Amino acid sequence: METPNLDYLKQISGGDIEFEKSMLAVLKLDFAIEYAAIQANYEKNNFEQLILDIHKIKNKIGILGMKKSLALASECEKSIKKVKKEKFDDLLLILTKINVYLNNI
Amino acid sequence: MNCIIIDDDTSARLIIRQLCKNSNLVVKEEFSSAVEAIKYLNSNSIDVAFLDIHMPTFSGFDFIKTLKTSLKVILTTSDKNFALEAFEFDCVVDYILKPVGIDRFNKSIKKLFNLPLAQLVNEENNEKPENIDFIFVNVDKRLVKIKIPEILLIEARGDYISIRTDKKSYVVHSTLKKIDSKLPSDSFLRIHRSYIINTSEIIDIEDNSVLINKHIIPISRSHKTELIKRLNLL
Repeated sequence: METPNLDYLKQISGGDIEFEKSMLAVLKLDFAIEYAAIQANYEKNNFEQLILDIHKIKNKIGILGMKKSLALASECEKSIKKVKKEKFDDLLLILTKINVYLNNI
Repeated sequence: MNCIIIDDDTSARLIIRQLCKNSNLVVKEEFSSAVEAIKYLNSNSIDVAFLDIHMPTFSGFDFIKTLKTSLKVILTTSDKNFALEAFEFDCVVDYILKPVGIDRFNKSIKKLFNLPLAQLVNEENNEKPENIDFIFVNVDKRLVKIKIPEILLIEARGDYISIRTDKKSYVVHSTLKKIDSKLPSDSFLRIHRSYIINTSEIIDIEDNSVLINKHIIPISRSHKTELIKRLNLL
């Protein structure tokens, strides 16, 4: 499984430390909220909202440099649209890994 | 050139703002909702919008459909499936997938600056789409749709304008100049520094005033010649 990293953010920041700090603060806060929403909506079988949640969190997976995981999230989004859950467990593992990563930086 | 950023995701807005720092674009404002952006555009002249497609309640495409200015749009999205639909809109300059990379962003900006000048300047004619017969105005934090042919007249009242239709009046924070740029010039005419009228609604003209519905509107000397030209005089 891919590991989250800050390569993309460092590239975008061009050495702007303030930007990096702001981005990490926003990512930590928003990711935790969106991760919790995805779990809750999955448990409630609220697929309509779950599709929106997965779509929104995809950008954050990409920001953390996880291209394969981003592709998997897109596949999962498509599956959920067809009310199929097969990719969801894989996605949840990725999201859990990112959540741990963000909580420790 | 100035721009706004419209995205419900804070991290996405921060990234575009950061990327703009190294371009010739000045970020004037950012919005988490397209509705807020529409309100802003009612009273501000902006060249470019970075726009997300998937947003709750009012999507990026909904936003584009309400546009009445020559605003150019660069779509930023995590979904590659809307590219064909996106380029159906004349205002869409580019379609960038998130997360937006530096090279891809710069390519998009280059594309923007390579547009013919006439497409970028807020020319008056560009702001009057003749096939749109409605206007959205901000009334008490609501965007209210008014059918343009139903407008009788518009009166300036300090920092506000009063838009009068047969049924209702709407008081809006705007200027006559701003609304004039949104109205079709073949039917609307400024006849006084405080009034624009719908010439097709004139009942009669007497000396220096016109009667529209039950309203008597003064005609200033400087605007009278233009009004007379518009009349289908026998």
